[in-house]
Amino acid sequence: MVLSKLRELAGGSKDESSGDPFVDALRNALSADRVKYDGAHRSLHSHDASVFDGGNSGPVVYPETTAEVQAVVCLANEHQRNVVPRGAGTGLAGGAIPLGVPVVVAVTKMNAILEVDEANSIAWVEPGVINLDLTRHLAPLGYHFAPDPSSQQVCTVGGNVANNSGGPHCLAYGVTNAHVMAMEIVLPSGDAVMLGGLDAEPQGFDLRGVFVGSEGTLGIVTKIAVRITKNRPAVRTLLMAFDDVRDAANTVSDVIADGIVPAAMEVMDKAITAAVENYVGAGYPTDAAAVLLAEVDGLDSGVDIDADRIAEIGRANNATDVRLAGSDEERMLLWKGRKTAFGAVAQIAPDYYLHDTVVPRSALADVLDQIYAISDKYELLIMNVFHAGDGNLHPLIVFDGRDEGVLDRVHAAGGEIITASLDAGGVLSGEHGIGVEKQKYMDRMFTDDDLDHQNRLRQAFDPGCRTNPGKVIPSGHSCADIQSLRSVPKEVWG
Amino acid sequence: MSATLTVDDPTLLGFAEEVGETGPVAIVGGQTRWDIGGESAGEPRLLRAPEGIVDYKPEEMTVQVRAGTTVADLHVALAEKGQRTALPDRGGTVGGALAVGENDIRALGRGRVRESLLQVRYVSAEGRIVSSGGPTVKNVSGFDLPRLMVGSLGTLGCIAEVILRTNPIPAVSRWLHADRVDAGTTFDGLLHPSAVLTDGSGTWVQLEGHGADVDQQASILQTLGSFTEVDGPPVLPEHRWSLSPSEAGAFPASDGDLAFVAAIGLGLVFADAPQPLRRLDPAVTLINERMKQNFDPTGRLNPGRDAGRK
Ligand SMILES: Cc1cc2nc3c(=O)[nH]c(=O)nc-3n(C[C@H](O)[C@H](O)[C@H](O)COP(=O)(O)OP(=O)(O)OC[C@H]3O[C@@H](n4cnc5c(N)ncnc54)[C@H](O)[C@@H]3O)c2cc1C
Ligand SMILES: Cc1cc2nc3c(=O)[nH]c(=O)nc-3n(C[C@H](O)[C@H](O)[C@H](O)COP(=O)(O)OP(=O)(O)OC[C@H]3O[C@@H](n4cnc5c(N)ncnc54)[C@H](O)[C@@H]3O)c2cc1C
Repeated sequence: MVLSKLRELAGGSKDESSGDPFVDALRNALSADRVKYDGAHRSLHSHDASVFDGGNSGPVVYPETTAEVQAVVCLANEHQRNVVPRGAGTGLAGGAIPLGVPVVVAVTKMNAILEVDEANSIAWVEPGVINLDLTRHLAPLGYHFAPDPSSQQVCTVGGNVANNSGGPHCLAYGVTNAHVMAMEIVLPSGDAVMLGGLDAEPQGFDLRGVFVGSEGTLGIVTKIAVRITKNRPAVRTLLMAFDDVRDAANTVSDVIADGIVPAAMEVMDKAITAAVENYVGAGYPTDAAAVLLAEVDGLDSGVDIDADRIAEIGRANNATDVRLAGSDEERMLLWKGRKTAFGAVAQIAPDYYLHDTVVPRSALADVLDQIYAISDKYELLIMNVFHAGDGNLHPLIVFDGRDEGVLDRVHAAGGEIITASLDAGGVLSGEHGIGVEKQKYMDRMFTDDDLDHQNRLRQAFDPGCRTNPGKVIPSGHSCADIQSLRSVPKEVWG
Repeated sequence: MSATLTVDDPTLLGFAEEVGETGPVAIVGGQTRWDIGGESAGEPRLLRAPEGIVDYKPEEMTVQVRAGTTVADLHVALAEKGQRTALPDRGGTVGGALAVGENDIRALGRGRVRESLLQVRYVSAEGRIVSSGGPTVKNVSGFDLPRLMVGSLGTLGCIAEVILRTNPIPAVSRWLHADRVDAGTTFDGLLHPSAVLTDGSGTWVQLEGHGADVDQQASILQTLGSFTEVDGPPVLPEHRWSLSPSEAGAFPASDGDLAFVAAIGLGLVFADAPQPLRRLDPAVTLINERMKQNFDPTGRLNPGRDAGRK
């Protein structure tokens, strides 16, 4: 994927001298081999996993220490250049797309798991640690890192923090924000500070909480104390099949209404289930209109009670098949199917656009109906695989970018999905963030006053708007961003 | 901007008008933590936030409630549907609990205050109504003003109305107590207890969940000491200390006859002497000051109070 390509390139390409004093200064501060500015590097780092073009990367640097990150930020300030932090580049909202020819700070070499502190139930990690590597490291100790995005084999913990990422198991355990205790940040000024703390209630404003989910606009995180979660001794995973996706959606909201908060509740519709089955053979029924994967964990007696009750609710909602995973292997296979859903899509069409909105759980069935109508209207295949337990929809539009005019239809359909979600009392994004993707919809959810206050928060960290400028807040509401984007020296990297 | 976003609720508009645009103001809740964060200064006008539950959706596990509602009243209404929130119920208001941001001593079981706030509506220093967050349980749409408001002591905005996450009240809840058992070992032996408290000699444990699970955990306790059923936690000394879980487990750090109750795994300690003032990194203080300056340029919101001096 993106990361492997990146690694390959890191060793491969030859740099040419640009004669730019900023690059020379960066090379002095780091080392020449960790400051890249050749076309291949700049082009690769001008994109992330979203469909957005329009990025234009300046030099790409690979710091190895906090002091090096500070040096880069200070040099950028001195040379009046913007800074964009970057992890694995798997973001789907264009958060890591460089605007205004910034220096791209790729933290992938800062990938050490520094310490596991069981007495405080935390681990100190560097931002470039891959999400799944952390959980693998914790497994022998009986712990895991709870946020488990589908991209967990490649995305970084720093990226998770910046996007406040979620995953199937965040239903009961909470998204990334609930799992970050403290962070070392290199501020836009170049100072390194600790936000939050291991203590129960750190004093001052909750800057730690504010930083999580700020999409790389408030500084660069260089060290993180993440909460580690004890593995539960008992787990039950149920697979339920339905003839109507509405029944699956209603089961989800009835389970919550019944007072059960499962560890995970995920729904896949017929099209995506078929693709996944074809891809990994996870044992999903391919004739069903929807499958619901529900997992409960805890102690033996309780999980049996909850699993029985969920099965009962499913049957009351016309489940045609209810199956309890009989072994750990079967359970793992069911999850493997869910987590490789996006990979499976590649077999169907070369391109996809993955949306991300949240609606009240009781509105899931109705909004899904609208999404299928939008699919018909624009003659686009839209598959649905989503974190149903939180009402977090992920309509996946699959298409072939070579088809004339298809992108216009994809964007129009996406716009209607967003509108349908907001009209149902939902929100713009559950986990992918705003980035550049949803800036233009921000004023559909927030008033001018609301956006003005978001901007005030941002500017308390970054008065000059030099860190990841042009993101999240629509440009009309963030003058400083526009200035910093305009102030790029014209002569370099046009 | 779509018309539906503009807040036209007369109660909120009335509160915004009361807060107005000039002169020092402070919001009064239950005054249970009135003196926290330094002396009030500048003789502010004292106002109360609106009261009442606006919309309770048990099936979504969310409740929309005015900030002046008492936590007790809110919890009575939620209990009718078998739910509760993370807010501590010690006689204060919803807005006060959020502005102070202190967790319940049973936070391991009922969640942390800062994670329970989904949407906030507050009146700004300019007398404008500002909303942030959203009504759904998951949301990353824009900068996280709700997190900023929790623990801000009302120095950045006057909290008017919020949407909170609720959670189910477990089927069974039991408190058990034993003398002469190690609280840390007790905590390690259990699967997420709702509270493990110690005063240095006795250990109190709150177990919650399905009856059979609670019985199973209680039987583990019996292998550790002679635990007996009690009504609830011990009486807490007056002063609240915020420590790391490992520091709380080894409290007090120096010898002395400090009376205390420490929450194991959480890091909260209640003692009969105050915690020495913790010092913030000057670079962090600078961001806090800029935040205050950006949100309240004339310093009219709860003057004298400082979230950094809690
Ligand atoms: C197939 C696929 C499946 C996905 N599934 C999920 C899912 O289930 N749940 C989910 O939440 N997301 C999902 N995502 C989105 C994405 O993987 C997450 O947002 C992830 O956390 C991004 O991590 P990254 O390391 O790739 O960050 P990047 O894409 O490199 O960066 C993302 C943002 O974080 C900022 N950033 C990165 N590192 C730092 C740092 N050290 N300091 C400050 N800011 C930083 C960047 O500036 C950018 O704004 C998926 C993506 C793909 C491609
Ligand atoms: C005996 C006792 C024991 C306690 N024990 C615990 C405990 O174990 N755990 C625990 O967590 N808490 C405990 N508390 C604290 C207390 O219950 C909460 O912090 C409380 O909810 C504060 O609410 P209040 O309405 O009383 O706020 P007040 O005391 O009235 O106000 C506190 C501060 O918040 C500001 N404020 C109030 N409302 C608003 C608003 N709407 N908008 C902006 N600012 C506002 C005020 O201006 C003031 O600065 C205890 C309190 C007492 C008296």
